[in-house]
Amino acid sequence: MNMNLTILGQSIAFALFVWFCMKFVWPPISAAMRERQKKIAEGLDSASRAQRDLELAQQKASETLREAKEQSAQILEQANKRANLMIEEAKEKAREDGERLIESAKAEITQEINRAKDELRSQISSLIVQGAEQILERSVDEKAHSELVDKLAKQL
Amino acid sequence: MADTPVEYIQHHLSNLTFGKHPEMGWMLAEKSSQAAEMGFWAIHVDTLLWSVLMGVLFLFVFKKAANKATAGVPGGLQNFVEMCVEFVEGMVKETFHGKNPVIAPLALTIFVWIFLMNSLKWLPVDWIPELAMATGLVNYFKIVPTTDPNATFGLSLGVFFLIIFYSIKVKGGLGFIKELSFTPFNHWIFIPFNLFLEILGLLTKPISLALRLFGNMYAGEVVFILIALTFGAGWIMGLLGLGMQWIWAVFHLLVIPLQAFIFMVLTIVYLSAAHEDH
Repeated sequence: MNMNLTILGQSIAFALFVWFCMKFVWPPISAAMRERQKKIAEGLDSASRAQRDLELAQQKASETLREAKEQSAQILEQANKRANLMIEEAKEKAREDGERLIESAKAEITQEINRAKDELRSQISSLIVQGAEQILERSVDEKAHSELVDKLAKQL
Repeated sequence: MADTPVEYIQHHLSNLTFGKHPEMGWMLAEKSSQAAEMGFWAIHVDTLLWSVLMGVLFLFVFKKAANKATAGVPGGLQNFVEMCVEFVEGMVKETFHGKNPVIAPLALTIFVWIFLMNSLKWLPVDWIPELAMATGLVNYFKIVPTTDPNATFGLSLGVFFLIIFYSIKVKGGLGFIKELSFTPFNHWIFIPFNLFLEILGLLTKPISLALRLFGNMYAGEVVFILIALTFGAGWIMGLLGLGMQWIWAVFHLLVIPLQAFIFMVLTIVYLSAAHEDH
């Protein structure tokens, strides 16, 4: 066991190996490891982001569905309301029409009655004149007397 | 193969040394006494060869993974490499609270390299040395670099240099000296005492780093060699030795990564302390 120049040789070899390792071995391996770490982190990140996106999409879809349902319900309700309104309007109109018909019918009836009354009156007056002619048995001035008879008929 | 157990053990614990012998000039030492005579200006060829081989293997495999590194689905190799990187990065983040791009790759290199160097121990002690000697070129061949204190001290010296470097870089030269002088006792009277204590503490760091790794590996190696001795002592002893070899190798499943891990963690801790400004 002699201590000799070997010690220096060993030190030099050591220095060279460390230098080589530091220069050519460590950096690429370390860089590859860092990069993979980054990649994995990014992968995990994007996975969680996708998960979040999915959740958001699901939420949105259900929201849209709910809105659509609401809208359809609203439309249905409106339609129902409108139908009811139309029915009401039709009823009202029918009622009005009926009333108007009744009114006109009543008016016609009154008119008819009046006409009948007038006719009756004129017949009665002519009857009265005929009666009076027969009674008096002489012809009277029809013109002069018709005025009188008319007056009478009007008083009837 | 050596004749006596003592020679066998000594043989297995000797490095293949190349250096300038005072009498015979540049040569590969043929005996351990020659290696000792070469003094400081010699190198352990096997230690350097195997440590560099392991370092190159580490960088080759990791570089291959780095070249094909993708942020997509990783393959088997990339998975393995990323596991190592993530483990080391975790340790660094836990211990080192600052920003320094050197620390993590440094820790990774230390951990994997020392692990690979230690793991050479799992190879049975005779295989590769016998193979090397069969070529007739060498007399000694010790393949586990971390059982050579030169290797472990070489590593810890590198760490020591970084400790000093970052201490001065973060605190400034004056700040570093101030820290050494005024901790733990913040009074000028204690400056010599503080300096003694702090410099001792500073020096202890690389020494303990190197000796811990070396001691564990060396002791384990000696036990492997002792076990290997039984293979030449008859059938019964040989079978017993096989069982012990297996048990000891399994035990090293714990020791080998643990020592690599301790060296790495302590390096991070020491450098973290060097970055802390009081």
